[in-house]
Amino acid sequence: MTAATQFSPNGAYGPLRRKEDARFIRGRGTFVDDIQLPGMLHGAILRSPLAHARITGIDTLAAEAHPKVRAVITGKTLEELQLAWMPTLSQDVQAVLATDKVRFQGQEVAFVVAEDRYAARVALELIDVTYEPLPPVVDARRALDPGAPLIRDDIAGQADNRIFDWEAGDRARTEEVFAAADVVLAQDMLYPRVHPAPLETCGTVADMDTISGKLTVWSTSQAPHAHRTMYALVTGLAEHKIRVISPDIGGGFGNKVGIYPGYICAVVGSMITGKPVKWMEDRSENLMSTSFARDYHMRGEIAATRDGRILGLRVRVLADHGAFNGAAQPTKFPAGFFGVFTGSYNLQTAHCEVTGVYTNKAPGGVAYSCSFRVTEAVYLVERMVDVLARELGTDPAELRMQNLLQPAQFPYTSVTGWEYDSGDYPRALRLALDIAGYPELRREQAEQRKGAGLAGEDAGQPGEDAGHPGTLMGIGVSFFTEAVGAGPRAHMDILGLGMADGADLRVYPTGKAVLAISVQTQGQGHETTFAQIVAAELGISPDDVDVVHGDTDRTPFGLGTYGSRSTPVSGAAAAVVARKVRERARIVAATMLEAAPDDLEWADGRWQVRGDPGQGKSIAEIAMAAHSGLELPDGVEGHLDAATVYNPPNLTYPFGAYICVVDVDPGTGKVNVRRFIAVDDCGVRINPMIVEGQVHGGLADGLGMALMQVIAFDSDGNCLGGSFMDYLLPTSMECPSWELGTTVTPSPHHPIGAKGVGESATVGSPPAVVNAVVDALAPFGVRHADMPLTPAVVWRAIQGRPLRNDLATT
Amino acid sequence: MQVTISVNDREYMAEVEPRLLLIHFLRDQLGLTGSHWGCDTSNCGACVVWLDETPVKSCTVLTAMADGHRVRTVEGLERGGELDPVQQGFTECHGLQCGFCTPGMMMTARWLIDNNPDPSAAEIREALSGQICRCTGYENIVRSIRWAAEHEAAERARLDGEDADSVPEAAG
Amino acid sequence: MQVPAHFEYERATSVPHALALLAKFGPESRVLAGGHSLIPMMKLRLAQPETLVDINDLAELAYLRVEESELRIGALTRHAELLSSPIAGLHFPILHDAERRIADPIVRNRGTIGGSLCQADPSEDLSAAFAALRATMVIEGGSGTRTVPERAFHLGPYETVVAPDELLTEIRVPILPGGGSAYLKVDRRAGDWPVGAAGAALWLDGDTITEAGIGLAAVGAEHFSAAEAEDFLRGAQATDDSFARAGQIAAEHCTPVSDQRGPADYKRHLAAELTARALRRARARARGGEA
Repeated sequence: MTAATQFSPNGAYGPLRRKEDARFIRGRGTFVDDIQLPGMLHGAILRSPLAHARITGIDTLAAEAHPKVRAVITGKTLEELQLAWMPTLSQDVQAVLATDKVRFQGQEVAFVVAEDRYAARVALELIDVTYEPLPPVVDARRALDPGAPLIRDDIAGQADNRIFDWEAGDRARTEEVFAAADVVLAQDMLYPRVHPAPLETCGTVADMDTISGKLTVWSTSQAPHAHRTMYALVTGLAEHKIRVISPDIGGGFGNKVGIYPGYICAVVGSMITGKPVKWMEDRSENLMSTSFARDYHMRGEIAATRDGRILGLRVRVLADHGAFNGAAQPTKFPAGFFGVFTGSYNLQTAHCEVTGVYTNKAPGGVAYSCSFRVTEAVYLVERMVDVLARELGTDPAELRMQNLLQPAQFPYTSVTGWEYDSGDYPRALRLALDIAGYPELRREQAEQRKGAGLAGEDAGQPGEDAGHPGTLMGIGVSFFTEAVGAGPRAHMDILGLGMADGADLRVYPTGKAVLAISVQTQGQGHETTFAQIVAAELGISPDDVDVVHGDTDRTPFGLGTYGSRSTPVSGAAAAVVARKVRERARIVAATMLEAAPDDLEWADGRWQVRGDPGQGKSIAEIAMAAHSGLELPDGVEGHLDAATVYNPPNLTYPFGAYICVVDVDPGTGKVNVRRFIAVDDCGVRINPMIVEGQVHGGLADGLGMALMQVIAFDSDGNCLGGSFMDYLLPTSMECPSWELGTTVTPSPHHPIGAKGVGESATVGSPPAVVNAVVDALAPFGVRHADMPLTPAVVWRAIQGRPLRNDLATT
Repeated sequence: MQVTISVNDREYMAEVEPRLLLIHFLRDQLGLTGSHWGCDTSNCGACVVWLDETPVKSCTVLTAMADGHRVRTVEGLERGGELDPVQQGFTECHGLQCGFCTPGMMMTARWLIDNNPDPSAAEIREALSGQICRCTGYENIVRSIRWAAEHEAAERARLDGEDADSVPEAAG
Repeated sequence: MQVPAHFEYERATSVPHALALLAKFGPESRVLAGGHSLIPMMKLRLAQPETLVDINDLAELAYLRVEESELRIGALTRHAELLSSPIAGLHFPILHDAERRIADPIVRNRGTIGGSLCQADPSEDLSAAFAALRATMVIEGGSGTRTVPERAFHLGPYETVVAPDELLTEIRVPILPGGGSAYLKVDRRAGDWPVGAAGAALWLDGDTITEAGIGLAAVGAEHFSAAEAEDFLRGAQATDDSFARAGQIAAEHCTPVSDQRGPADYKRHLAAELTARALRRARARARGGEA
């Protein structure tokens, strides 16, 4: 038997190379489209070309007659199975296949099952659907106009396109404070509709075994257990007869949280044909019909004293939810966690109102690393702070420093009732300013503004390098507080399911361990980081811990990965269950050492006798003994297995300070991101290499959203962002070499002090980029410009004729 | 129609429709699922493989066009059980997260280093500019490729050093 | 991923064979070269040819050489080959400037010069670059070979003078002494189509412009060129003011269309701004300045 390896917690935490890489670098990952089953058929969806129309007829005869087609399913077929509509994650219903009307371009109308994907595609063209067009509602700002077309006439009692009204904060106090304030500024801003666009689209292989009655579903799902429970509720199949497997997932970013009509159709297809049915959407389907993100039309107001003390914030939001309210967030939070719009500042008061409306667009809203609308909240407050800084003539970093919450104020309850667990904000901001060399940057900018003219110079290749005469330098600061790790069962549930997650740990006789978790990696490296957590607690090597995830038959119940909750919730569960195992081991060790359990202490990866360290046992030794003939005390069973369900006591609050440096070519409007400095504090970092990778990825997201990404529509409701030719994603060329820094402020309530980091950079970066561009355009009197800041948008902002590019007039 | 294509040094003969895209031939007919697809418009590069000696977007190549030619995929990077330095670099430098873009990135990286043994970060970014990654923000991909280039250069220098030291064998 | 509709496939073994196939299969047949314009269109069902004639084996159509004071480029030359060609870069840096911004390196490995020009997208950078250079197109058909000025090659969006049974085989660019050229492009992101782009070629005698060529992409310039601006420049002094004026004239004669890339007024502005900048850079290169 090999001696147990000595590991201290710090030894297990560190930049360990990832275990999952071994298969991916060999091209041996198993993604849903890689799955081939005997007799497998292929599904394809016929989608509506119109944004709003009554269906007057569907003729499927020609498709059914095609020799390679095995089934054609329509809304009518599903009605008979009571599956034509399914519940959404926001107490609404969504059509699986349209029956009466289509309500967005791209909506699912029919499903064919054929022998191969090429034949399925042919069969779609053989289905004849007749529509009677209806006027669409495309501009959310018009959705509540009197006489606006009614989209959800399927809901009894729905008289208009209003979904909900929600508010948070203290309206009366805020009015008082604003009325008395020296300075009150208002700014409209749009967080446009974007889409997470993971590189792998969504899809499913559904295999209904009609003999055993068991349904197996391989799915691109960030929440396999939640999906399983949903399938049970919706299909009437017993939950234990459903197995959901998330194999390798090629990116999720919130796009793969919900259940899509295609999944249900594949399940029904398998039931009808008795064969496995694969449905993989193509990219245009992904962009046009799956969960979009954002689309918040916001009006922010900020009140401050003349000397720069921020007193309060007031926000009015119009939220475009598309044709069905499919936003994925905890039940009592129709606007997600937008309530954290008070940001990182010491405010006296705040109030917000959010009105959600239906439009003739795809459903969604909560996705794309938003942490349940924290992206929108942070964008709002960070833009408002900059608007205030400009008005007061104060440096935006200084203004923030003046108003940031101080370490002594933590835990801090915000004026909208959120309890921030811990933070040292000034330290993070100072570090970011240091890394950036902020004073030198401002000096360079001042020189440039003084010296160079704005016209008549050859600015060279549009958008090229910094410092070219004629380009305008901009520096943008963003400070964010994230709210992640949903969440305490008492306050948070999704469809009635509490957001507690389970972890099961088994230690085998030779001291190797298997940890089964309920969360679902889509690239975040759980197979490595969770092994590190257990390894740290048990003093064994991470190599000796296998992490099992993604299969509901093999893992405990939990609500999955989104909202950066894996580390805060499931990571906590992993630490807790490992400690349970360790405590079991204490008892066995005590027996082995003929000591009392209380006389043992845990040190250097062993239970050892206090005061006599030579007498100690490692987990491996204890495991073997637990399974041996060793006589154990009454009531103590011979194993080192444990299970736990972790109900987080609170959210965790990672935070950061970001600085973006841009160069804008005023002759063309082209923006080049010269530098991006990101200081993140996500508490204790289990694997710094993975943490940094998460930050890098989120920063690219922010750059993309700020400069080029939008799912736009024309006034007929045609989606203009249905391909990667139109929905542009950042490449290696636009992204600078990210400069990272870190501070560590542990979470006081988390078992290992970790906070989670998956979405921080996506939250914090868009305002940094936008603030930088607006800063660059200050000499032209530009106070604000809406994302995406494409060259046309920037140029038009300089001209004083803003361009709205989320909505095109046809 | 009949096609004969060499894939990772192995010859395959198959009956295919002219419209069968090369990416589908590789994945669905040959079971080489290491290459992926992610878009409809030749933008994302998840499907990059080598056709003869150059990387191409295999979603935009007909299998018919590859008839009589050689294809290399990610499955053919590893030789004799040894990982290519590019594969090692990606693991060393955390150049992948979800792994979906990775095969395409590595195939382009291998081609880049073959033609430019000491690429700068700017040259690496340019070479990758037609391929999307949603997870990494590209920085670690660039570092991974630099690692591979440096590792190979060091290995070459080591072997050159050995050659200089060794007694030349008799010509055989 | 979307997939093409059914079609027949033929592989040409020589230019005459290709022409014979095109004639045989008629107007519903299309030439398949790099395929990076055609295959995406077929996947989206924007094109549904009945037969594809694959000409990738016609190595005789892939070349770059100087002959009779012309740079002659075979139509099957890949974008990557044009970009890496020293003689192309030496005589016409405008071509390298443009190629560097077309699509991406992987697509450039396959896409061909001839294919891009025949695709005739109104935003095609090479159409503008070759227009600035007043190239000549060589077209072969069953009844022989003909040449067409590049500026008469495009009939409209996605339409050229190449008949269904003809093949574009060569692009010829006259080499004249004392010249410099440049291409500038604004896009929303690397590899995107231009929002607006301008190419300029200048020939100088001292400070006097002896000849000028201006090519514009994506801004609705007739024949991808700015003839009125060129007329203005011919004989004028090569000053910044002349170039600014030329840019304005070029912009006045464009009819840009508003779309998601940008509104018409912005594109018109780009036509002026980029023309002026391209002219300045072309001047610098003509004088042996900036590379």
